[in-house]
Amino acid sequence: MNETVTKKMMLFFPRCECEKPIIYHLVKDHNLVVNVYRAKVTPEEEGYLVLDVTGTEDDIERAMAFVKTFNVTINCTGKGVTWDESRCTHCGYCITHCPTDALYIADEATREVAFNEADCIECLACIRVCPFGACASAF
Amino acid sequence: MKTYQQINDRIESGKAVVLTADEIIGYVEKKGLAAAAEEVDVVTTATFGPMCSSGCVLNFGHSKPKIRMSEAWVEDVLVYTGLAAVDVYLGATQLRHADPANMYHPGEFRYGGGHVIEDLVAGKTLQLFALSYGTDCYPRREIRTYFTIEDLNQATMVNPRNCYQNYNVAINDSDKTIYTYMGLLEPNRRNANYCSAGQLSPLLNDPYYETIGMGTKVWLAGAHGHVYAEGTQHAGAVARTPAGVPKGGAGTLALTADMKQMRPEVVRGVSLLGYGVSLALGIGIPIPVLNEQILKRTCVRDRDILAPVVDYGTDYPQNTGRVIGHVNYEQLRSGRIKVEGKDVAVGSLSSYCKALETANLLADEIRAGDFQLARPIASLAKENKMKPLVIRQKEP
Ligand code: SF4
Ligand code: SF4
Repeated sequence: MNETVTKKMMLFFPRCECEKPIIYHLVKDHNLVVNVYRAKVTPEEEGYLVLDVTGTEDDIERAMAFVKTFNVTINCTGKGVTWDESRCTHCGYCITHCPTDALYIADEATREVAFNEADCIECLACIRVCPFGACASAF
Repeated sequence: MKTYQQINDRIESGKAVVLTADEIIGYVEKKGLAAAAEEVDVVTTATFGPMCSSGCVLNFGHSKPKIRMSEAWVEDVLVYTGLAAVDVYLGATQLRHADPANMYHPGEFRYGGGHVIEDLVAGKTLQLFALSYGTDCYPRREIRTYFTIEDLNQATMVNPRNCYQNYNVAINDSDKTIYTYMGLLEPNRRNANYCSAGQLSPLLNDPYYETIGMGTKVWLAGAHGHVYAEGTQHAGAVARTPAGVPKGGAGTLALTADMKQMRPEVVRGVSLLGYGVSLALGIGIPIPVLNEQILKRTCVRDRDILAPVVDYGTDYPQNTGRVIGHVNYEQLRSGRIKVEGKDVAVGSLSSYCKALETANLLADEIRAGDFQLARPIASLAKENKMKPLVIRQKEP
């Protein structure tokens, strides 16, 4: 139970929860290593935060229970950047712009492109360059 | 030796042997050229990529009372009305009204002519707004209505230039990022982009235009269309490899087909950051195996096709004609090329994956007896060169 794992997630903070130092507590009280990819507070004072946390399963579980007490929505599936397979033409244009190979050639013979969400650091380069609008950001 | 008639008879009886330009390479290697030429009837070629010189003629039919449209917009995208009363031409690269273009550089160009064409083929409801000065026969001065492709009398794609035989590899020698129709190019040769289906591409499999000419039947985004003319900027007289493969642009095709028969997944609007909008199309062209020579040329491989590396920082915009060097499509498809000793990451604007899909769809249709070949009624020019635009003073 003491093995450390890394989990990527997107947190959504409704209005008024933005100013609380939640990340500080994740590190200090729950022994987590936090890696923030992207954060944004909208003009409506809602907050989005995409991060990964590294720690033991137990610590992560306790930390998430703590985060939930702030009325924060935790989304571990649909993260900040999405790739719509049905809109992707598999041109491969984004590949040279993706710094982590999260978008990659999955099949050398057909040149089919695939997206590995876990490797995406949310730099948003693909959203800027994809000519077919296949990549999008949740915020 | 086979004739078009013999091949069409075999297609009709459901017995035609059809391979894609990708499959034929290994097949000929295994069977030998002579045996394969006997057996194989058709080789299907294809491409999928942005083709800026595309558009369509739409006929709306007449409202009550009638209008002779003198200015018109579909989904706020301007269409050309210098035709008969309710005929318009919608071009792929037309921007949407009030698009800031590159005012805030680089512009995003999220929606334009290419996207209207995509939506039209996808069966979406679109807005038409048109104005007129009014005449005795066409009194209406303004109209706003909503329509789908099914409401139109005709929706005919008329593309002055598709299927460039070969194309440049774009690179940037300057010291700032540039935004081109060949994509985003980072400074000092940090990346490169290409745009061709290589060994699958129609005119690279018929480099001397022996079977692809005016009247050749084509699969244009799922519709059965044809080559109606040589494409604009068609230039058959270019440098070629000993096997006849052009080492640059060369031939082009002007294509037409009924949009009501098209498949939306291969009619796609394109947004090019800092450049503009366009339309990507999937196009398949069958090559009849009339003799061994024709078959041999369809066996062209990515490694035998050379593309010129061109600087889009200065040389392309200034029309200097300089070519940095040549690379082949096997290298391009590997994702890395060497340009004057430097290792450069390379991306593609055309989709080999979709081109392969298209070549297979066309092959299936031919095997099923649903697609007959047409003999060209005239050949494409092999000797013409591309002329520049000369800036002259008016003669006194
Ligand atoms: S650039 Fe867009 S369409 Fe092309 S492979 Fe990447 S995500 Fe797909
Ligand atoms: S956001 Fe950045 S890291 Fe993620 S897939 Fe797009 S280019 Fe790659």
